[in-house]
Amino acid sequence: MTGAETMLRVEGLDVLGAGATLVRGMELALTAGERVALIGESGCGKSLSALALLGLLPEGLTASGSIRLVGVEHDLVGAGERQMSAIRGRRIAMVFQEPMTALNPTMRIGRQVAEAFRIHGRVRGRRAAQAAAIELLERVRLPEPGRIAGAYPHELSGGQRQRVVLAIALSNRPAVLVCDEPTTALDVTVQAQMLGLITDSVTETNAALLFITHDLAVAATACRRVLVMYGGRVVEAGPVRVVLSRPRHPYTLGLVAASDLEPLASRPGRRTRLTTIAGTVPAFGDRATGCAFRTRCPSASSVCETDPAWSQTGDRGVACWHPVRAASDD
Amino acid sequence: MLARVLLRTGVFLAGVFVASIVIFTVLRVLPGDPAQVALGVDATPEGLAQARAEFGTDRPLPTQYLSWAEGLLHGDFGRSYLSRSAIGPQIADRLQVTGWLVASSIVVALLLAVPLATFAAMWHRTGRGALLAGLSQVGVAVPAFIAGVLLVDLFAVRLRWLPSGGWVAPDKDPAGFIRRLILPVLSLGLIQGAVLSRYIRSAVLDVLDQDYLRTARAKGLRPYQAMVRHGLRNVGIPVVTVLGLQVASLLVSGIVVERVFVIPGLGSLLLDSVANRDLLVLQDVVMVLVFAVLTINFLVDVAYAALDPRLRRSS
Amino acid sequence: MTRRPSPGLIVGAVLVAGVVFTALLSFVWTPYDATEVQVADRLLSPGAHHWLGTDRLGRDVVSQLMVGSRTTLTVGLVASGIGAVLGTPIGVLASMGPRWLDRTVMLGNDLLLAFPGLLLAAMLAAVYGAGTGPAMVAIGLSTLPSFARLARAGTMQVVTTDYVRAALVAGRGSWWNARRHVWPNIAGLVTVQISLSFAIAVVAEAGLSYLGLGTAPPTPSWGRMLQDSQELISAAPLLVLWPAAAIALAVLGLNLLGDGLRDLFDPRLERR
Repeated sequence: MTGAETMLRVEGLDVLGAGATLVRGMELALTAGERVALIGESGCGKSLSALALLGLLPEGLTASGSIRLVGVEHDLVGAGERQMSAIRGRRIAMVFQEPMTALNPTMRIGRQVAEAFRIHGRVRGRRAAQAAAIELLERVRLPEPGRIAGAYPHELSGGQRQRVVLAIALSNRPAVLVCDEPTTALDVTVQAQMLGLITDSVTETNAALLFITHDLAVAATACRRVLVMYGGRVVEAGPVRVVLSRPRHPYTLGLVAASDLEPLASRPGRRTRLTTIAGTVPAFGDRATGCAFRTRCPSASSVCETDPAWSQTGDRGVACWHPVRAASDD
Repeated sequence: MLARVLLRTGVFLAGVFVASIVIFTVLRVLPGDPAQVALGVDATPEGLAQARAEFGTDRPLPTQYLSWAEGLLHGDFGRSYLSRSAIGPQIADRLQVTGWLVASSIVVALLLAVPLATFAAMWHRTGRGALLAGLSQVGVAVPAFIAGVLLVDLFAVRLRWLPSGGWVAPDKDPAGFIRRLILPVLSLGLIQGAVLSRYIRSAVLDVLDQDYLRTARAKGLRPYQAMVRHGLRNVGIPVVTVLGLQVASLLVSGIVVERVFVIPGLGSLLLDSVANRDLLVLQDVVMVLVFAVLTINFLVDVAYAALDPRLRRSS
Repeated sequence: MTRRPSPGLIVGAVLVAGVVFTALLSFVWTPYDATEVQVADRLLSPGAHHWLGTDRLGRDVVSQLMVGSRTTLTVGLVASGIGAVLGTPIGVLASMGPRWLDRTVMLGNDLLLAFPGLLLAAMLAAVYGAGTGPAMVAIGLSTLPSFARLARAGTMQVVTTDYVRAALVAGRGSWWNARRHVWPNIAGLVTVQISLSFAIAVVAEAGLSYLGLGTAPPTPSWGRMLQDSQELISAAPLLVLWPAAAIALAVLGLNLLGDGLRDLFDPRLERR
């Protein structure tokens, strides 16, 4: 994507806590308008990576490495609170997973949205901010935005609340939008609408999107590129359709097989049981050096006890000593 | 919302009614005759009969209750069996005194508890936080009247900075009034503050954990700003509830503290009437105190709904 | 339920054990007879013979404290016992019965909360005269609502679980449920509450004795010792400290014990 500006560049990001390395050596680059999915099971460190980007890691966890954001002179890693609060909500914003508890129950919606404008000074004055808030609520396709602005969170459904959270995140047209499982807690019928809204919004503002999910179908629908995480490391990366149809890493292969992406009916006579990946995700801190997946990998051997190096070919990359080879591989 | 308020009002009024019956019943079960108590051992039968007529104790109990209750509704508290003086004005005077004491104590308690608890919550995993938690534990363990006695020992007797008790009306001698108020208010306020701070700390910790604070920070608010703008009102809700719960205990501590500092408030009226078996006075004072507690709990209930929008049901 | 006891729990347990030990010891031995009046020895400062001095009538302070601990423990035990024995069944029954019963009982409960222990004790004192008995009953009644509330909440937790519902559907009566499922759930809560109500009772008894509405002389009581010594505060400033410290330490111990037990039983509170 020549000509597109790099919005976010992450290099060597580690997240350490309680004597264990929870995220190791994460690398990521997002260009304007690009939509990247970060997939993996619970406990693989994807949410922690996202929180590290915003400097909102929980107590006791620290990040090291480098995070550079467009328009910001300093590295986000190690930045002070004053610097970070100027950046959050302005240059990078986040939508969290649980919409039911994301909003202050004792404050009206309009005020909570308007606050996002006023914090960074993009709109001054209460009335102007309120008007801008109502307009924004309309753009996230909420019906009767004026009424909703005067309502309290408990009067809205989960889907509506999540749109409000999205509105707040987009209010200052950030360069990067991070969404951590934004549709997981929503009804299935609402999920598709929400996905469409998110992708349309980032297209319109030309923001970069980092979309965290454990749902491969959602990743395939919403994003162009995907990063697969396991045990705190990115194990595979590349264009989403290619990675999911011809995975190189054994874990990705297992994920795809287990996620039922192809309708069972299209493969008559084939297995009708869900495949699973044997074993369980290791708990934080249980990981010694070496490939974290080797305990569950059918292709593991003694060389896997050393950290696999990242091998990049074209726009795909994988960290594995025994990548899967398919006949039609590039 | 309206239905809820009406319901709570109904409950409140019913509670007052039942309380009055309980008070009346307990004190009238007395195996004794108020007239006898008043006139003493060498009362004549005629004197007793006359006294009974005057007190109204010759009537059947339900009638006595009704006339008492009716009197209360009109602000007539009757006359003491012993001194024959009107009880109402006494209660009014004493109520003022106790009012000053209790109100000032609550202010002191809040001024102490809110910052203490907020810091204790923010530092709750550090040594400083543990120290504050320990301090509040000690504060809770020392009953207010003991704190009062110890304060008198130190500040009035040893250091002679402040008087050891007594009362002066604020309009007569403002400086003296304040000087006499300091130690009793401190005793009540410090201890209540310790108790409150434990609840407030808990409430603050609860709120700090909430997702909406994280959303606020993701917007760009700094931790302190997020807490003030989004946390305070949500903390206020359980705090108001606790204040309501503590009222009864505050009144009781106040009664004992009044004795420590020889303050002529409702508490000492209560105790005197017990000592003298001045029944009607006791009845009235207990009714006033219970009514005060019930009223405050009722107000807290209403305030609760006002603070928390989730409790209001809009059309 | 096996988690390490917190330091608070240990300190609390030690303090409470200390008071219990002192009370038991006082039956067998005290330095002097606590009620023996020796006017010649009045208001002595702490020294070799009388470790904490003597009071206005020459009675030894240490002995008084020791015998007084008996009163403290008795009142605390009986009062919290009354509260537990009466309040717990009320709470359990209220939550297992029909809705109107639950509502009425809980309203009555809340009403009882408006009558603090001291007020009830004052009323009873006017009727029956001051003394330990009425004081214990009054304080006990004032702790009743807490037990009822607790028992009700604990029972409701259990009664709404699926396995109990299943049992009810299968035809097992409510009594069976009460015995087998409810009790283990609330036993811990009740124990914690007993410790906390005990502390409240100690404070209430001290207050009542201080006001002259509690234990009558000559039986020693910490509250009355405080009141006695306050009158002589200029002549013997130290005398006030001993009963004050005794009361405070006992209450502190009970509170720490109660809080520690609560942390032990309820894993949700781990962070605090």
